[in-house]
Amino acid sequence: MFENLKNAYNYRALIQSLVVRELKARYRGSVLGFFWSFLNPLLLLLVYTVVFTFFLPQRGAMDEIQPYALFLFTGLLPWTWFSTSLLESASVMSVNANLIQKILFPAEVLPFVNVFTNLCHFVLGLPILFAFLIIFSKPFLPYLFLFPLIMLIQMIFTLALTLLISSLSVHFRDIRDILANLLTLWFFTTPIIYPIQIMDNSKLRFLFDLNPMTHIVLAYQDVLYHGRLPSMLKLSCMALFSIIAFLICYAIFDRLRDTFAEEV
Amino acid sequence: MKSLILGGTPFSGLKSSETFKAMDDVTFEVEQGEMIGIIGSNGAGKSTLLKILVGTTKPTSGTITSAGKISALIELGAGFHPEITGRENIFVNGIMLGLSKKEISEKYDEIVRFAELEDFIESPVKTYSSGMYMRLGFSVAINVNPDILLIDEVLAVGDEAFVHKCIDKINNFKRRKKTIVIVTHSLDVVATMCDRAIWLEKGKVEKIGEPKMVVGAYRLDVGRREEGELAERHAGRKLEIDAGPGDGKDRRRWGTREIEIEEVSLRDQTGEERFVYESGEPLNIVMKIKAKEKVEDFAFGIGIFSSEGVCCYGTNTQLENYQARMFSGTGSVTFRIDSLNLLDGTYSLDVAAHKKDGYPYDYHRSICTFRMTSDCGDTGIFRPAHVWDFSRGIEWE
Repeated sequence: MFENLKNAYNYRALIQSLVVRELKARYRGSVLGFFWSFLNPLLLLLVYTVVFTFFLPQRGAMDEIQPYALFLFTGLLPWTWFSTSLLESASVMSVNANLIQKILFPAEVLPFVNVFTNLCHFVLGLPILFAFLIIFSKPFLPYLFLFPLIMLIQMIFTLALTLLISSLSVHFRDIRDILANLLTLWFFTTPIIYPIQIMDNSKLRFLFDLNPMTHIVLAYQDVLYHGRLPSMLKLSCMALFSIIAFLICYAIFDRLRDTFAEEV
Repeated sequence: MKSLILGGTPFSGLKSSETFKAMDDVTFEVEQGEMIGIIGSNGAGKSTLLKILVGTTKPTSGTITSAGKISALIELGAGFHPEITGRENIFVNGIMLGLSKKEISEKYDEIVRFAELEDFIESPVKTYSSGMYMRLGFSVAINVNPDILLIDEVLAVGDEAFVHKCIDKINNFKRRKKTIVIVTHSLDVVATMCDRAIWLEKGKVEKIGEPKMVVGAYRLDVGRREEGELAERHAGRKLEIDAGPGDGKDRRRWGTREIEIEEVSLRDQTGEERFVYESGEPLNIVMKIKAKEKVEDFAFGIGIFSSEGVCCYGTNTQLENYQARMFSGTGSVTFRIDSLNLLDGTYSLDVAAHKKDGYPYDYHRSICTFRMTSDCGDTGIFRPAHVWDFSRGIEWE
């Protein structure tokens, strides 16, 4: 397995060229092209801001988070990266079936390409985030240097899940539909559109602590929105957890690898 | 789920009726620099064998060992993305096949030139014709410069000029002592280009060895199988005749039946009924006829048609100046061909009994179908008896 993992590193040129291919192909032929990478998160933000300022005005703890749009964006942008990667990984094998069947192709490249492509969209959305930070004249953010670290942890965690989903979805096509619904539930049970404080007195609070995405989103909010040091203990635990999850998921992927060409 | 991950092979519990053994006990060795051809009917396991050689499919038992870089021309352009340009696809596809960016840059011009796509290389691949798409795929794959080249029936799809180019390139590979495994239905390619041939049948090696010998044996077997099929079809037609006079709507048979053709058979010189003939063999068309009452005005005719419906030959006794006097009861008419010079193809036979002026007694359309084979690659429908004459100074081995 570690031999294969080392190979995966050697495929970086392949991964890179495939990511570039995906990015080029995604917007080829559309009028606005790459601008959609900026526009998509912006429009999504607009929708949520309108809904939560006009249709569902905030009460209680929600009042404290101002400006709401900025708060929302710090969680929404990483979530989009996460959920899109997962959703696409459920079909990435069947979409690229001809590669797996017809060429001696390292299948693990596909979920990697998927995560990295969405990472590019995430990174392209960052200028908007920073523009917001300037517009809302947020105080100097002393812990901004932790931002890449959080990204890295999220990336490993996302890779773990995409490896798992992509390999299992070869055998169980139902995963895609289950996942789509599960992700909606997951989105609302992660403190993205509301602050975690509103759950403080709830008996279900422990569920939030068990959700890895809670800690990742909270860390983003701490660094970008509140300008404070995130809980380093929780962050280290998340890092460790992500790495272990990655190794386990990779092992499962490795185990199922030989069945892909026939089943996909 | 649990058993899937913990068990060695997933779905090992599949019942044998749900699985299909594509290949069983196939063992062979290919030397470096050897070109080996794999032939066999559809579903014999040829492509499965190649997939196993490439490594995309793992055999449930057995092993493959190989030395050197393998490149497969199994599905050309399998990794192309339709939205991006030909140039971008060359790079991505090249990297997929194991080249580095630098190597591709060096070979880029050669790839584009070979594919003859200089004018279109900056257009998205989705705008390419299927021929262009394939040429590009072939060009990239062949420029990977492998030690072992696996080819699956790619020669069947290109246009004539491109097939020639491919064959040149394959010969070039041979000269450079590369190993080639080719799966194809063009038996001539196997017979003329390969050093050895394998005939697969139902997942097993039927024959292995000298290509001409293997191809010959395969052709013979195909002929035998076609023979059986045509005989079955003929048996079906016979039943139709036995069923009595048609109702007129049946356009396969018409006429007033003063003379009835009851049975038609194709026989070789020994009198045995056959449906496949080698070009140049003798053929006898035997008709069993019957007349209830005395008939004084009659003629018999035959017509041979190609599968496209072209009349290859037609004649009747009237045209050949046989003057009818009288016939009654039963009898037989034989049309004897000493040397049937039709070329490769399937032909059908019409027979008729009619009046001198053409008024039909019994006309059968495509009553028999037979197959001609010809191992010399001449083309057309008909081979006239011929010899070549040469003036002095033109020398031959």
